[in-house]
Amino acid sequence: MSKATAQPLSLKIASGTFLAFWCLIAAFPIVWIAVMSVKSPRDAFAASAWDVITGPATRAAGNGLSLLDIVIGLVVLYFAIRWAFTRLPGLVQQYSPSGFIVLGWLVGAAVYGLIFVLIFFGVLPYVSGALNSIAGPLGTPILGLTTEHYVAVWGENQFYRNFMNSMIVTAGVVTVSLTVGTLAGYGLARSGSDLAFWLLIVALVFRALPHSVLVAGYLPWFINSAEILRPILGDLSPTLYGQPWAIIAVLVAINQPFTIWMLRSFFQNIPAELDEAARVDGCSHFQAFRRVIMPVMWPGVITTGLFSFLLGYNDFLVTALLLDAQNQTMVPAIAGYFNRETTTTDQVEAVAAAVSITAPLFLLVMVFQRQIVSGLTAGAVKG
Amino acid sequence: MKFKTFAAFVGPSVFMMLLFIAAPLISVFIQSFQITQPVMQQIEVETCTPGFLTQTCTTEVKTVPIIDEVTGKTQTTTAWVGFQSYQNVLQMDKFWEAIGSGQWRDILQIDFWKALRFTLMFTLVTLPLVIGVGLMIALAVNNAAKSLRGPVIFVSLLPFIITPVIGSLSIYWLFVGDGILTATLERWTGQDIAMFAQAWTIELLMYFYRVWHVAPFAFVIFYAGLQTVNMDTLESAIIDGASRFERLRYVIVPHLMPLIIFIALIHLMDCYRVFDEIIGFRSQAHVISLQWLTFDFLTPDDAGNRAISRAAASAMLTMVGIVVLLILPLRRTWRDHKGGAH
Repeated sequence: MSKATAQPLSLKIASGTFLAFWCLIAAFPIVWIAVMSVKSPRDAFAASAWDVITGPATRAAGNGLSLLDIVIGLVVLYFAIRWAFTRLPGLVQQYSPSGFIVLGWLVGAAVYGLIFVLIFFGVLPYVSGALNSIAGPLGTPILGLTTEHYVAVWGENQFYRNFMNSMIVTAGVVTVSLTVGTLAGYGLARSGSDLAFWLLIVALVFRALPHSVLVAGYLPWFINSAEILRPILGDLSPTLYGQPWAIIAVLVAINQPFTIWMLRSFFQNIPAELDEAARVDGCSHFQAFRRVIMPVMWPGVITTGLFSFLLGYNDFLVTALLLDAQNQTMVPAIAGYFNRETTTTDQVEAVAAAVSITAPLFLLVMVFQRQIVSGLTAGAVKG
Repeated sequence: MKFKTFAAFVGPSVFMMLLFIAAPLISVFIQSFQITQPVMQQIEVETCTPGFLTQTCTTEVKTVPIIDEVTGKTQTTTAWVGFQSYQNVLQMDKFWEAIGSGQWRDILQIDFWKALRFTLMFTLVTLPLVIGVGLMIALAVNNAAKSLRGPVIFVSLLPFIITPVIGSLSIYWLFVGDGILTATLERWTGQDIAMFAQAWTIELLMYFYRVWHVAPFAFVIFYAGLQTVNMDTLESAIIDGASRFERLRYVIVPHLMPLIIFIALIHLMDCYRVFDEIIGFRSQAHVISLQWLTFDFLTPDDAGNRAISRAAASAMLTMVGIVVLLILPLRRTWRDHKGGAH
């Protein structure tokens, strides 16, 4: 950098301070609810921040971490993360059949997560408990920490059911919307016709529609669908209200405008000469798509898939109105806590549920940060 | 590409959008002029209570819904009611009354106008804040050491990626009655503070939440834009003696202008749909938005009825609003398309 563009110290300090301040604001609410969720209710809503962090009441109840626990925990965590980044990719490459690398990663991540949870929450407490009893002053608890709220949320309140429903809905939304959207995005990117332009504009208008407008349209049909469909399907006609697959269809449709815009801009980045060459060699459009485009389209598809995932996972409005209590996904389920949030214990359980919902998103950003950033910018730069 | 191939590629997507977006829109449009009610009949009921010598019997006329004998459900009729549902939502008589008597504030007692006021104000207040804060973060990150950028982007993405309901809840818990920030503020000011007891403090928190949630999105886009700033232009500006601020004002901002318009457009669409904050902050008693109004009509009341036609009317009104907001940007796109074709 030349001397003319070098910055005075005051500007550097100001910009650094601002950045630190922003990071604090960005992370604080999320970190804070994570801290609150592992404290006894009295500590979680204590007036002094120090009490919330150290948790004297939690410690007094016999739940706490000693210095030794913290050290062991950090060491295990460090090696677990290191292993995930150094060895895991190799193992996944080795054991997944060719062409199913995405599936391999899903299985690999699930197995890894399971083993991690088993070691960290199953084995480690016993090991450190045994060590604490012989470690003397190093083994006395200094930091209050309890998992009782998580146990209550996932065990007694059967949050795992909501989790399963969320996973079904999200997986369905991602798969279907990518399959449908990839074809459409490719078609739109390679066709310069006015029709394609109009389709995109209509999709843009659809993207702007508030979701409640659409739900107002679905609701009467979904509730009465069994009677409406009876003349066609006979007694098999389903009531769409409360069906996860109906929600999947709805969310896919709501997501389509965004998906095709994004995938179109990714496909425009793939040179048209590539499929033209395949066409010259005698491929039809579909063959060219399958043999030439599909192998190179994965970065764009993964990025778009991430945003589809977010849409399905984060949705409150559609799932709250169109699913009944048995099939509720996680985000609307947490609203159920509001109604009975009368004691502080209920409040902290709601906090623990909120943290449980956020944790997968946190992992997502960690693994896919690059793709998310590229997805955000792809839409903007292309317009 | 031939039309047939194009249709085959685009077909499934268009079909889904027609079935699940266009068709519901038409359905909502029709419903907003109809009203479906259970068919009521009046029947005489004789109730007798035991008494001395003779029973005491009273007959009264009751209004009960007719039950269909085949399905066991209440029979319903659907009638065309014209603009009645719109009238129920808009409550124009009260509106004109308020204007006529000069009591402007009374307009905001009506749910629809209250929601409209908040939705528009929310959109307009947060828009410049999001762009400003996003740009500032982008400039600061661009200034920071290379090794710091990755972690900073990671931390910045967290508010953007978090579930909106959960994000607003996490801020709600900081400021709730005995939340940590309320306690701290109370200690500093020495007064009792209740952030969720009046409308304006809730609104402030909502603005804060939205900026916190969307600024990272603006930041990432601006940051990508900053990487492509033309260095030659920047250097010639320095030679011409432009100060740091002038370089920002006359070189960098014009370069980022298309991105600013893009963010403004997306932000306009998303803010107009403001909804999750109302759920997270539980503010329905004080602050409501247009989308929440429709949601509320669609939620079953204590008797299990949903106000479908009123929901449809409020949904149509919401849609009119978004069309009005989008006309200008869409006309621009159309002109660009025409210009590009020639």
